[in-house]
Amino acid sequence: MDIHEYQAKQLLSEYGVKIAAGGLAYSPEDAVQRSREIGGHVWVVKAQIHSGARGKAGGIKVCKTHDEISEAAEALLGKRLVTHQTGPAGKQCLRLYVEAGTDIAKELYFSLLIDRAQERIVMVGSAQGGMEIEELAENNPEAIKKIYIEPAVGLQDFQAREMAFALGLNADLVPQAVKLIQGCYRAMRDLDANMVEINPLVITGHDELIALDAKMGFDDNALFRRQKISELRDKTQEDPREMAAADRGLSYVGLDGDIGCMINGAGLAMATMDMIKLAGGEPANFLDVGGGASAERTEKAFRMVLADKNVKAMLVNIFAGINRCDWIAEGVVQAVQKIDMKVPLIVRLSGTNVEEGRKIIEDSGLPIITADTLAEAAEKAVQARNEVVAQAQG
Amino acid sequence: MAIFIDKDTRIIVQGFTGKIGTFHAQEMIDYGSNVVGGITPGKGGQTHLERPVFNTVKEAVEQAGAEASIVFVPPAYAADSIMEAAEAGIKFCVSITDGIPTQDMMKVKIFLSKFPKEKRMVLTGPNCAGTISPGKSMLGIMPGHIYMPGNVGIVGRSGTLGYEAADQMKRLGIGVSTSVGIGGDPINGSSHRDILEKFEQDPETKVVMMIGEIGGPQEVEAGMFAKEHMSKPVVAYIAGLTAPKGRRMGHAGAIISSSGESAAEKVEMLKELGVTIAPTPAAMGETVAKVLAKL
Repeated sequence: MDIHEYQAKQLLSEYGVKIAAGGLAYSPEDAVQRSREIGGHVWVVKAQIHSGARGKAGGIKVCKTHDEISEAAEALLGKRLVTHQTGPAGKQCLRLYVEAGTDIAKELYFSLLIDRAQERIVMVGSAQGGMEIEELAENNPEAIKKIYIEPAVGLQDFQAREMAFALGLNADLVPQAVKLIQGCYRAMRDLDANMVEINPLVITGHDELIALDAKMGFDDNALFRRQKISELRDKTQEDPREMAAADRGLSYVGLDGDIGCMINGAGLAMATMDMIKLAGGEPANFLDVGGGASAERTEKAFRMVLADKNVKAMLVNIFAGINRCDWIAEGVVQAVQKIDMKVPLIVRLSGTNVEEGRKIIEDSGLPIITADTLAEAAEKAVQARNEVVAQAQG
Repeated sequence: MAIFIDKDTRIIVQGFTGKIGTFHAQEMIDYGSNVVGGITPGKGGQTHLERPVFNTVKEAVEQAGAEASIVFVPPAYAADSIMEAAEAGIKFCVSITDGIPTQDMMKVKIFLSKFPKEKRMVLTGPNCAGTISPGKSMLGIMPGHIYMPGNVGIVGRSGTLGYEAADQMKRLGIGVSTSVGIGGDPINGSSHRDILEKFEQDPETKVVMMIGEIGGPQEVEAGMFAKEHMSKPVVAYIAGLTAPKGRRMGHAGAIISSSGESAAEKVEMLKELGVTIAPTPAAMGETVAKVLAKL
């Protein structure tokens, strides 16, 4: 789960990370009021969306008067911002964070991530901040310092100091850096975060280390024990279809193609999508219906796939293990009878009770195309899709 | 032979008396697995499925000679159950539980690493379908009847895609020595590489089918191991050709977050390491058949 910058900053400041004065605004009036509370002569109005690279998308505006703040807020609120992380649809900005302007002497990069190969938290830093780390990793990998943290004893001060020196900080700033780094680590550990990123981490003109931006991601599997974090969820930043699926215990990812998919198991789902692509088609979605595909669940899954108006054919691929093909076939037949399906449906069943399952589909008299193997299913789905497209073109 | 489990392996079920534990324990018993009891703290001394219930894994090891365990305990308590099994002297543990927090798994891995290698429990999963040595023993939730006994080892992250592979092989008359699910989580008990090492030592296994997916470094590490330390051929398929970067595809670990983690990149690297690639998921069986024919 992702959270907003202002939420990450509030959490991290509770762990001793220094941030600039700031406040949340839902309207231009709010934004001006926040700037009065903050005081000073320069403010930054920042769009709160779940994405990095907001600056390039015009989501961060430096203002010198209250009128400028009001204008910036007016322009940003309600706007959809498109970055390379949001996809072409972008994400809507409904909250602003107004922050005191910071006098920047130098920009650095700092993050904590989970390294899958080492099975440890890794601390990543670079004296070249502001840029995205992927960019830096590609252009200048030597400029990145990585330090692994031993989970049994946690982050040690000497490691934080090593990072501080690698960031090029002079000796006076090192104690501040150790405090900041330890704070980020404790936040990550105590809150079950899977990433903390401060980019940029800045040295101000007054020799202070400040988190100018902050990003945190959390382990979905641990939310059950992090009530406070769960409450930070902002559903306006999530894909409504994916969210609806998650609420129904299904796993859905919307894609750009036009062959809808319903499959049991994540691996088989990915493999079926691969097979569609290799047969010359493009999948419209990833959808794992899981193990216990009841008739009710099957119907929900059908509705979810067909809600995508791009879908021109639908492929169901179920390998019944604990499930039984006859149960699944009944669910499919019921779903098709209930829903007015306008696109061709291809069904491939295998595993337990496959013969009984096929018979139920054949006896239903519904125009369902059946397939025996994975390859045949994908080929038939692509063929059906192509026929729909050809007919539409007249 | 096979690896990890055979018909004599003495199995216990952790989370024995719960609904899911009961259902799958019965399936395993029906398959012929040697289930000698189970654990539900507080229900020790009772009998369930005609087998004894113990309060602790230690009691099950002492009194029933338990060697292997399967964990159906809910995610909040699963890491604790896994560590209990390791401490009690269980040799092989399958964690079926899906949804264990990543930091809990980091703790489990550190806990396991404190044991000397010869006494260290092998953990597979979490979030996997389990392990089966066809015709001998099933320690998992898979449909046992789709596996035919034979000489191909299977290791994979996904349950149903593993079934698909076994089914394709069976249609071609090819059987399986052992099939091991390592699970779809970012941090898991055993890696692809760990399982390849076991298959290399197993006289019954002649070829290994590795079923990987996007995300993480494990498939390529396994490929490097195969090149340097294996005499047996390895066939691989990597799922997720159409997966966009940065989107999680169902499994917690199936996400492309850095370079080298996409399906296309993994396939390229595995080819260079001499691994035979199944070009499509529908060709896993026939690719294994071709490799077997050359032996």
